[in-house]
Amino acid sequence: MMDNLDLLWGGLADAASPMNLLYAAIGVFLGTFIGVLPGIGPAMAIALLLPVTYSLDPTSAFIMFAGIYYGGMFGGSTTSILLNTPGESASVITAMEGNKMARAGRGAQALATAAVGSFIAGTIGTLLVALFAPALADVAVEIGAPSYFALMVLALVMTTTVLGASPLRGFAALFLGLAIGLVGLDLNTGQPRLTFGITQLVDRLDIVVVAVGIFALGEALWVAAHLRRKPVHIIPVGRPWMGRDDWRRSWKPWLRGTAYGFPFGTLPAGGAEIPTFLSYVTERRLGRTDEFGKGAIEGVAGPEAANNASAAGMFVPMLALGLPVTATASVMLSALQSYGIQPGPQLMSDHADLVWTLLASLLIGNVLLLVLNLPLAPLWAKLLRIPRPQLYAGILFFACLGAYATNLDPFDIGLLLVFGLLGLMMRRFGLPVLPLILGVILGPLMETKLREAMAISDGDYGVLVREPLAVVVYVVIVLFVVGRPLLSRWRRHEPEVLDGVDDKEKEGIS
Amino acid sequence: MTTTTPDPAADTTPGRDLGQLGLCALLLVLGAVTLYDASTLEVGFADVVGPRVFPYVIGTGLVVVGVLLTVATWRGSVPEPDGGEDVDLTEPADWLTVLKLVAVVLVVIATVDVLGWAVSGAVLFAGAAWALGSRTLVRDVLVGIVLAVASWYVFFVGLGIPLTPGVLDGIL
Repeated sequence: MMDNLDLLWGGLADAASPMNLLYAAIGVFLGTFIGVLPGIGPAMAIALLLPVTYSLDPTSAFIMFAGIYYGGMFGGSTTSILLNTPGESASVITAMEGNKMARAGRGAQALATAAVGSFIAGTIGTLLVALFAPALADVAVEIGAPSYFALMVLALVMTTTVLGASPLRGFAALFLGLAIGLVGLDLNTGQPRLTFGITQLVDRLDIVVVAVGIFALGEALWVAAHLRRKPVHIIPVGRPWMGRDDWRRSWKPWLRGTAYGFPFGTLPAGGAEIPTFLSYVTERRLGRTDEFGKGAIEGVAGPEAANNASAAGMFVPMLALGLPVTATASVMLSALQSYGIQPGPQLMSDHADLVWTLLASLLIGNVLLLVLNLPLAPLWAKLLRIPRPQLYAGILFFACLGAYATNLDPFDIGLLLVFGLLGLMMRRFGLPVLPLILGVILGPLMETKLREAMAISDGDYGVLVREPLAVVVYVVIVLFVVGRPLLSRWRRHEPEVLDGVDDKEKEGIS
Repeated sequence: MTTTTPDPAADTTPGRDLGQLGLCALLLVLGAVTLYDASTLEVGFADVVGPRVFPYVIGTGLVVVGVLLTVATWRGSVPEPDGGEDVDLTEPADWLTVLKLVAVVLVVIATVDVLGWAVSGAVLFAGAAWALGSRTLVRDVLVGIVLAVASWYVFFVGLGIPLTPGVLDGIL
């Protein structure tokens, strides 16, 4: 354990060079800038900003990613507190009490408790990653191909079924993603699959083009079809601060939120949606209930901490196993691959310096976030006033620029457009985006592991269930699929809690 | 991504969303294409799994999901469209705006090699803003030119990537 802290300390020394600090600061600034913009979450912020990092070395690039990631998360909560129409599931809960606080003139305190809570949860979460990821990686190096295959099946099944109202639509998105992952040369036999004779497709699809197309362009096209013509109501806000009473009421929810967020973040269970909800329910039960629904600070502090702790938890499976469990992790992993670094349990030993610098820069990014965002909050709030035609034209511009800059081939803009239209269709028909992105990333990995396992066993499919871990994982999958109806019965209570709040809110407006 | 919570009442809402059949058709066609494409692959001797197994599984999955969704649509399963900050689902969809945006991107694809990024990028921004309902054309064109030229220089000077200069070759 102490070794890990030493390594983290070494990483801090590397990451704290003036150049790297500058990259971290630029990352936090750009991430918050993009994250504040309506309709853009952290995954999209990273995907849009990837081209900027192409000329950097991997370490600097990842330091910038870390900043972009935390900045994007914080930007998202700023939007939901000041606008009350969050674009991401993780911010929904924050918006419920946060926006009430802003309406009641306590926007500054809501932003402050969100920022400090994010800082505390992010810092604790990152330290936990530093403690757990290496231990997990040590174990994971021993894991055989069959167990790996089982783990990936688990990740796909869980993300597909745990979120959203309709598992069927989840599977539709998953298989679309897996099919997209097939495009390109088959690595074992060198035969092109699903390329339709187009040379640009032989090299496999660039996950960045897929992600930017589905997230950025898809969102812009979907908004274009349904653009709100009424002006949105933005609450002006001053410099965030908290009084003594706010601190007293916030610190316990921060810690409880962190305790919910981190474990859920490490699981392929849809990121922050479940822990933020659990945190909200807990605070509502423990706090002064008369204030909940009218803007209770506990209802912002807890879920925001849960959100950021789960964001840190995501790094455990990503760094230790090479398994992404959120869209953001998928984009980050594909960025790793573009630097020629193979994700997996060996990452911790082969690229130890990179990993520890990344973890250290997550800590630095957290501090910078606090330093930059508290004073700049009024400026971020102004960004929400950009007229929508120009805002979405800008998103379109940067999405096309990113796709084009990779290969300087107009064909890539065409691909971007195709995936943008797919993203539009998914939003229209209620298909969740996460299973598709994970399918694109994990599909090829799964195929490699399957063929590896089968090559060793000489074609005997029984090998897939001969490792104890694999058997355990398959049992978990079966239990999960069987148990899901029970879970959804539990989730059915969720709308009641949320609806109760929504009704009050509607009364309040009208 | 979705912001609305699951609505148990949606299943009992009368009326079917027949537009969903288009999605089903897409899933079925993609599944069929994947299966056909897999059948054209050759299997090597030493390769025990071969390149076909995965596409077969995925193609079958697409077809099965397509069929199930068709049945669900017929039985009245209605999708839950994505919400968002700037999304107003109470108004009917405005597909004309989407078509205009697609047209603008197509123009960029067709012209970027000839005109260069600085020109096509400006057209992209101004055209997209216009399609989305902006009526300050002069300002949008100016902003577009500034964005496009600035991004050209940032990529060239800062990142060492020369975006296509096009007709402005030698001027930039």
